[in-house]
Amino acid sequence: MLTNKTATACLALGRLKKAVLLGGAIAGLGLTTAVQAQDVEVPGNIKWTIPFGVGGGTDVWARFFSPWFSESLPGEPTIMIDNVPGGGSINGANLFAVRAKADGSHWLGTSASTQYPVMLDDPRVRYDYSDWTPILATPTGGVVYVQPSLGETSDKALNALLKKPVQMAAQNPTGVELPVLIALDMLGADVQAVFGMRSRGEARLAFERGEADIGFQTTSAYLSNVEPLVEAGKAVPLFSLGVLNDEGKIVRDPAFPDLPTFNEIYRQVHGEAPTGNAFEAFRKFFASGYALQKLIMVPKDTPQALVDTYRQAARDFVHTQAFKEKAAAQLGPYTPVIGDTVKRHLDDAMSIDDATRDWLADWLQSEHGAKI
Amino acid sequence: MLDILLSSLGQLFTLSHLLFMVLGVLVGLVVGIIPGLGGIAGMSLLLPFLYGMEPSVALGMLMGLVAVIPTGDTFASVLLGIPGSSASQATVIDGFSLAKRGQAARALSSAFLCSMIGGVIGAVVLTGFILIARPLVLSFSSSELFMLTLLGLSMVAVLSGRDLFKGLAACGLGLLVGTIGMAPATGEFRMNFGLNYLYDGLPLVVVGLGIFAIPEIVDLLVKRGAIAGESTRLGKGWRQGIQDVGKNRGLVARCAAMGSLIGTIPGLAGSVVDWLTYGHAMQSAKDKSEFGKGDIRGVIAPESANNACACGAMVPTLLFGVPGSGSAAVFLGGMLLLGLQPGVGMIETHLDLTYTIIWSLALANILGAGLCLVLARPVANLTRVPFATLAPLITVLIMFAAFQATRASGDLIALGIVGVIGVLFNQAGWSRPAFLIGFVLAPGAESYFYQAVQFQGMGALLRPGVLVIGTLILAAMFIPMLRSLWSKRRQATSVGAASTARNEVPTLGVIDVALFAALLGIAVVAWIDVSDLTLLGGIMPRLAIAILAISCLMEIARCLIRRPQWQPQAIGLQGLWLAGFFALVGAILLLGFITAATLFSLVFLLAIARLKPWVAVVMSLGVTAFLMGMAEFLTLTYPRGLVDPLLFV
Repeated sequence: MLTNKTATACLALGRLKKAVLLGGAIAGLGLTTAVQAQDVEVPGNIKWTIPFGVGGGTDVWARFFSPWFSESLPGEPTIMIDNVPGGGSINGANLFAVRAKADGSHWLGTSASTQYPVMLDDPRVRYDYSDWTPILATPTGGVVYVQPSLGETSDKALNALLKKPVQMAAQNPTGVELPVLIALDMLGADVQAVFGMRSRGEARLAFERGEADIGFQTTSAYLSNVEPLVEAGKAVPLFSLGVLNDEGKIVRDPAFPDLPTFNEIYRQVHGEAPTGNAFEAFRKFFASGYALQKLIMVPKDTPQALVDTYRQAARDFVHTQAFKEKAAAQLGPYTPVIGDTVKRHLDDAMSIDDATRDWLADWLQSEHGAKI
Repeated sequence: MLDILLSSLGQLFTLSHLLFMVLGVLVGLVVGIIPGLGGIAGMSLLLPFLYGMEPSVALGMLMGLVAVIPTGDTFASVLLGIPGSSASQATVIDGFSLAKRGQAARALSSAFLCSMIGGVIGAVVLTGFILIARPLVLSFSSSELFMLTLLGLSMVAVLSGRDLFKGLAACGLGLLVGTIGMAPATGEFRMNFGLNYLYDGLPLVVVGLGIFAIPEIVDLLVKRGAIAGESTRLGKGWRQGIQDVGKNRGLVARCAAMGSLIGTIPGLAGSVVDWLTYGHAMQSAKDKSEFGKGDIRGVIAPESANNACACGAMVPTLLFGVPGSGSAAVFLGGMLLLGLQPGVGMIETHLDLTYTIIWSLALANILGAGLCLVLARPVANLTRVPFATLAPLITVLIMFAAFQATRASGDLIALGIVGVIGVLFNQAGWSRPAFLIGFVLAPGAESYFYQAVQFQGMGALLRPGVLVIGTLILAAMFIPMLRSLWSKRRQATSVGAASTARNEVPTLGVIDVALFAALLGIAVVAWIDVSDLTLLGGIMPRLAIAILAISCLMEIARCLIRRPQWQPQAIGLQGLWLAGFFALVGAILLLGFITAATLFSLVFLLAIARLKPWVAVVMSLGVTAFLMGMAEFLTLTYPRGLVDPLLFV
């Protein structure tokens, strides 16, 4: 039981700090959650499966959330993070699908690379999102930027981009850059994707070295590593992917209020709103990979009262000032989405009709020589 | 500038910083000593504490850990022949050979002193270099990275010496095994034969353990006796190791410098640096005959380099957010958790923290290696214990290590299969390092080649970096050849032609013949498997198959042209032990790891090591306790089987 001891010890440490920060606020929260605790017992230990390696994006995300959950839940359960990497998160999710107990003691953290294989019918996938209930989702955004050699202002760069073939570094044809590749193709840009980057960081290096003409990063990496380049005149931002509002519409990203979204740029180039199979594919992969990038899931047979308790705990801490301050560095200026809204958006995002899938299979084959 | 340097230095020596750094060092040593855990397990042990800690103190703790991982794993690689992590693979070759000659203490003390010096040199280089590193790191494009992987591969020629074709064939097989999994260019899956386990390719830890550790275990079991075959006074060895470092000052400095600079190049770091420095040590030595059989320089070179390399790996991690190694990746996670974003900001706004990190590295290296130096002498006694007593413990340990790679039963089966290759290679004298080099460098060689072609086309050939590294490769390949030709000619004139002719007669044995058949068979099967891949996805496996098949055929042709000298090669007993290994894997999957490991140790210690019953029972219970403790501490899992869930929850 030494793990528990260490974990509680660290929580105690964190608790001390946060007690100072939160002061009275936490006492109030304690009261509201205490009321719910009467009808349902929160397990003392929660095993949170993260199907990625230690230190990766999703791992850091989970480690950021776990003390907040632990403190806001009645009985302050110990949350143990269990990393099960492999198969780009498919292995861990498969294991969770087989082994997880539906008594609230097993959570799963997923990310875009867990969602995409399902949507692409990967033969290795043996999990089904309809077997799980979402607790919370965190969105992220992303920005497409180019070398200043294409043009020093966004407009000039965009024009140049549409005229000559450009190269972009990416991880693999069906990875998180998929919606970006679709978007650029819809604009009419001739993008040659150079695959085989082991991370988005490596792709960023290829851009900085001047090998790639065009680059893409998600919000946090963009803010820390690309914005300095933009300020130094070594990169020109073109557009953001935007964010999904409650009605499911793509609107400007609060992290980049001055940058147009892909939809706006499309309208500027083609004079009409984007439609068709390509846009449908973009929208779905954008929604499941960005608007709902990382998810906390529990097996769907988990008692509803427990699910409600977890969701309520999330609502309680998400709106505190202390969380917002800390979250700004970790999650960007986005508010986590909680409860049934997640379910609604997720169901919509992950159901792909045959026409769209056929188009996607054709497109991947013809543009990037990849089979799905 | 100076005030920042001083303030970070002041921060370094505050009590809380020192305390947490020592904690990091201790955790790092423990997880470093246990093979297969490495930096990632240590980090996951420390990460829960991080949230809410003062950043500079927390970073000190993480640095303590990162710095000593390549130090601690030397114990396993020298004493037991187990490469604990990728940083110790080259050390195994000569380190374990020295241990077998009864010079474990010498190898260990040399290794630790080199680690210490290498780490400090690395930190010193880094102090100045980090300020100007950005343009240098950016000047290494995909084509230079590709050339560096080629330079690493060219070490095969250096290492295989006289049996060039066998070395190349081993390397080709390594390259082929390294291409299993996803094609970087197209995302196609290659040679997975419908097995989910192979989709990610084989894990490095499993291959390293299979190719190095299993043959040594089998070999020692067949020979009986202790690891240390010759007995010398251990205390003397310890002092001699220190003196060895003094004698090879230049080598230590060169390898540390190489390590810290190559470490700064993201994407390659640890995998090439060991072999490059090992190859360098071999090339710069006048008498090469002892390499592979226990030359202290074979330990000094990689050990000086790998701690320096861990320092260098901080450059891309801090400046670009691109981790240079596995444990640097976890360190990066820790930074993010502390709310620190890597990037230019680490130089412009957080320079003090950056220097705290760098000097924590130096201090942790001194502490960690110092502690190991003290431990080296008593721990070296392990090599005096009859090997049959150690064997079950080592076997359980490497299975434990292998299983942590992906936590799939495939890990254990793959370990056995690579182990078979390792035993065959070992018995027939084929180069095992060549296989490993091929395996380690295959993915890098492929993706960088492909990227270079796409990004730069023919222009890649004219880049100055490419030309410089190209010249180095040619030098590495041809200088030894010319030198041996020169010495042969001189010999020929003095002694006469007869002696040189005898030197060049190829040797052949039962295993050689079996290996030729098996490898050519593998080549055919693999060729059929990759036949429906696209050009880009299939080019690398095809190249690997070509290298494999052509070198086999060349060696066969050589044997046909010159009548080979027949060599007896024993395999019977080895085969028996390997069969036992697979039986054990079966038992583990059936019964569960803890149960099977305990029973196996008990039976082995009673029946084969013939220990007193109570000793055997205590040792087997020790195995149980170790496995359960690890599972508790590090939330590890094992194959559960039918019995484990009933006994151990």
